[in-house]
Amino acid sequence: MHDYGAFSYASKDEMIGKSKEFWNPDKTQFWQDSGVDLVIDRREGYYLWDMHGRRLIDVHLNGGTYNLGHRNPEVVAAVTAAMGHFDIGNHHFPSLARTALAEALIKSAPAGLTKVAYGSGGGEAIDIALKTARHTTQKRKIVSIVKAYHGHTGLAVGAGDQRFSELFLSDRPEEFPQVPFNDLDAMEQALRGRDVAAVIMETIPATYGFPLPEPGYLEAVKALCERYDALYIADEVQTGLMRTGEMWGITKHGISPDILVTGKGISGGIYPISAVLMSERAAGWLREDGFGHMSTFGGAELGCIAALKTLEICGRPEVRTMVHYISDLMQSGLADIQRDYPDWFTGVRANGVVMGLEFNHPQGAKYVMKHLYETGVWAIFSTLDPTVLQFKPGILLTPALAEEILDRTEVAIGKACAEVRGRGRRVR
Amino acid sequence: MPQPLEYLAEPAGVPRARQMLQQAQWAARAFAGYDRASVLRIAEAVADAAAAKARHYAEWAVRETGFGVVEHKVVKNEACSRGIFQTYRDTDLVTPRVDASRKLVSVPRPAGVVLALTPSTNPVATVYFKTMLALLTRNAVVISPHPMAKECCADAARMMAAAAVAAGAPEGVIQVVDEPSVPLINALMTDERTSVIVATGGTPVVRSAYSSGNPAIGVGPGNVPVLVDASADLAAAAKRIVASKAFDNSVLCTNESVLIVEESVADRLLAAMKREGALLLDSDGARRLREYMFGNGHLNTEVVGKPAAWIADRAGVRAGAKTTVLLAPFDLVVPEEPLAHEKLSPVLGVVRVPSAARGIDAARAVVRIAGAGHSAAIHSSDPATIMAYAASVPVLRVSVNVGNSTGSSGLETNLAPTMTVGTGFVGRSSLGANLEPKNLVNWTQIAYNADPREVMPSFTGIVPWAAPRGPVPPYPVASNAAGVLKAPPATLQPAASDLAGTATADELREHVRRLIVEELSHFVKN
Ligand SMILES: Cc1ncc(COP(=O)(O)O)c(C=O)c1O
Repeated sequence: MHDYGAFSYASKDEMIGKSKEFWNPDKTQFWQDSGVDLVIDRREGYYLWDMHGRRLIDVHLNGGTYNLGHRNPEVVAAVTAAMGHFDIGNHHFPSLARTALAEALIKSAPAGLTKVAYGSGGGEAIDIALKTARHTTQKRKIVSIVKAYHGHTGLAVGAGDQRFSELFLSDRPEEFPQVPFNDLDAMEQALRGRDVAAVIMETIPATYGFPLPEPGYLEAVKALCERYDALYIADEVQTGLMRTGEMWGITKHGISPDILVTGKGISGGIYPISAVLMSERAAGWLREDGFGHMSTFGGAELGCIAALKTLEICGRPEVRTMVHYISDLMQSGLADIQRDYPDWFTGVRANGVVMGLEFNHPQGAKYVMKHLYETGVWAIFSTLDPTVLQFKPGILLTPALAEEILDRTEVAIGKACAEVRGRGRRVR
Repeated sequence: MPQPLEYLAEPAGVPRARQMLQQAQWAARAFAGYDRASVLRIAEAVADAAAAKARHYAEWAVRETGFGVVEHKVVKNEACSRGIFQTYRDTDLVTPRVDASRKLVSVPRPAGVVLALTPSTNPVATVYFKTMLALLTRNAVVISPHPMAKECCADAARMMAAAAVAAGAPEGVIQVVDEPSVPLINALMTDERTSVIVATGGTPVVRSAYSSGNPAIGVGPGNVPVLVDASADLAAAAKRIVASKAFDNSVLCTNESVLIVEESVADRLLAAMKREGALLLDSDGARRLREYMFGNGHLNTEVVGKPAAWIADRAGVRAGAKTTVLLAPFDLVVPEEPLAHEKLSPVLGVVRVPSAARGIDAARAVVRIAGAGHSAAIHSSDPATIMAYAASVPVLRVSVNVGNSTGSSGLETNLAPTMTVGTGFVGRSSLGANLEPKNLVNWTQIAYNADPREVMPSFTGIVPWAAPRGPVPPYPVASNAAGVLKAPPATLQPAASDLAGTATADELREHVRRLIVEELSHFVKN
């Protein structure tokens, strides 16, 4: 019997059955087929426990949502205390918590960003950013990267992979031209007509497996935006909040974007909220018609409290330095593993603790994911490039846990290698 | 799983302080792999930077706490920076030691994260001291200063941290708590990331260090008897005792508390002490002083580290402005006699005894009140008396023919120079000697089969440590830009430290050298 107070299940099997029956049959089955029979139960710090009680170290973090660990005590305490006074709030009125968070976000942000609008998830924030760019430039086209991922809301999905837009007949290729990543010529081609409202860029495209921008690429894209009068939107949903060793990854490129989007980790995984930071120029609609974007839950005040605490933690100098330590240990540890499997584990893409591990097989990351899962680590393959495993250590790891992750990873990579090699031989 | 209420109760500042311990863990992990040359380079750079600011922080500490004497704090600050470095530069606590004949190899293993609690009376000197000890042994240190001295200590710690990192130390190797509080200190002491607590301060803090569940080095309070017997060089004894009591207005825990003098030489000694600047109170003066200093049953902390003339004035006793020590006679060393307790001010109780043997009994009585395991002084030329004194007074250091402030703290004797005086088992401490670097290291011992047929190969030249190859940790540049970039873009560079001020490194070094030669040569051994 699994009793959770508000509900209970007789067994994990019963739960899986109901998940298919009432929730999402395809997704539920997908994981069973992938050898990952995970139903997350207890969670704490960088640990997850399956319903059966098996412990996993979380190196997926839901794209950085659990950057500070699960149920970070400081964030939980802040939100719990705030519940004595606040609720979601009323989105029509000047709001205590929204204003406080907006000020804190602007203080943390690259120069030139001055105003904040709120959503309740990353996709909504992306939609706000795209609407904002269209309003500012009075142009419609949004250029994004092939295999970009910005969420599944109305506009965001259009800027992403066709797999998701075509499913719902939401693809609008004429409004959402896409260019290959790291291809400046293609980018210039797309912008040359001066009919583009904005280029939207994940600072490191996450769902595409964290291919790294070539040195100078993002800087050149920003220059092209300026030349052809398009806004530069930095999607920092996965690269913000100290994950690259700076608060916002884009600042490592010296870029002051016109718009910056944050979500996921911003509220410590405790209360959903997302935010769009805009330059004064981009923020025109906030002066013209402040009711232009509305969302009852957008910027929920409890989320603002969670975000204020999260931002404070991420901004501590000790935390920044720790990310540098963690990044260094992880990268040198992974390099050691790579030396043992040179033609299986072929590369590491890394910027801070944003990491993608490359494997020499079209579905390589799925094998590694499965073996990591069996070895007690949860990390996910890249949906849009399954050769790459997303490897996202938390920013508050202790040295001991970081070493443990590396030990387990070494074993799992070895087992995945043996499985793939074995199967390969059988097929041939 | 932590109970929700437990973490809701964490007072402000505690979670961040815990993160400092975690950063310290990372720093200690990196530092533990440094080689000896790198360690010496870092320790020397920090000692230089600290010595160059000795006066700056001496003034600041006096201003902030109201305790002590700037000139004397300068001496202590220099002794605890440059002096400590010079004392231990040749003590290798980094390189593995090979004992071929016993087939043992010892590999040093630093404690890890040292939580250093520093007192209000010797604030910056103790910050300097514990930081130097940590650096010499490749430990990270988190300093929690006494709240009365938090500003000067925090600033001094940051200055040392900047100097350490500039010399190649791992980032986070020296950290300081800005807003110390009782719940915060308790949280740090009980946190499992703390490897060892080094507690200098009042009894409550030391006791809670020991009950924290973590390894701790804490020392008990002092209450120092000084015996002058008939064989002593009275002029020299008078001069040394008065200077010791005047030193930093007696805030060192090693300062003399009760003077015990043989009747036959008492008048001559006291007359000599008067010539050195002491004022001998009559019984009315002693009564007034007792009233003022212990009126409500315990030491009026207002007097701590204050000048003698100031204290006399407050007590309603007439004293000249040049008076540096107040001598307060009393008859019997018993707990209800306030003047027999620790005074942390330039007030010295005086008791006359008929013989050296009775003097030893009186000294035992002083230490029975407080100060077990701490220190005692004797001025005598008779080794038998000195031996009898040392054997029967339960203290762990007996300074002979020297002022005890600087004697038992090792500044004017060949004891280890220290700001932390171990009081041993008798003084409820795990440390029986003066705290020194070796107390912060364990050794992993490689032990070969003792059977002569099992031969231990040579370990000479096998050193598992290395110099850092750049900043630690390295700046996280994108992996595909590693050849292009090595450091953060200029806009993201941390603000330059205020470490060097306007002086260049050479100027600082020269300045330090001059100070050392002029003021410190007799304090600091080579
Ligand atoms: C880079 C990036 N942008 C936007 C989103 C969308 O966020 P959400 O799922 O909260 O709508 C995601 C989600 O994975 C993302 O990775």
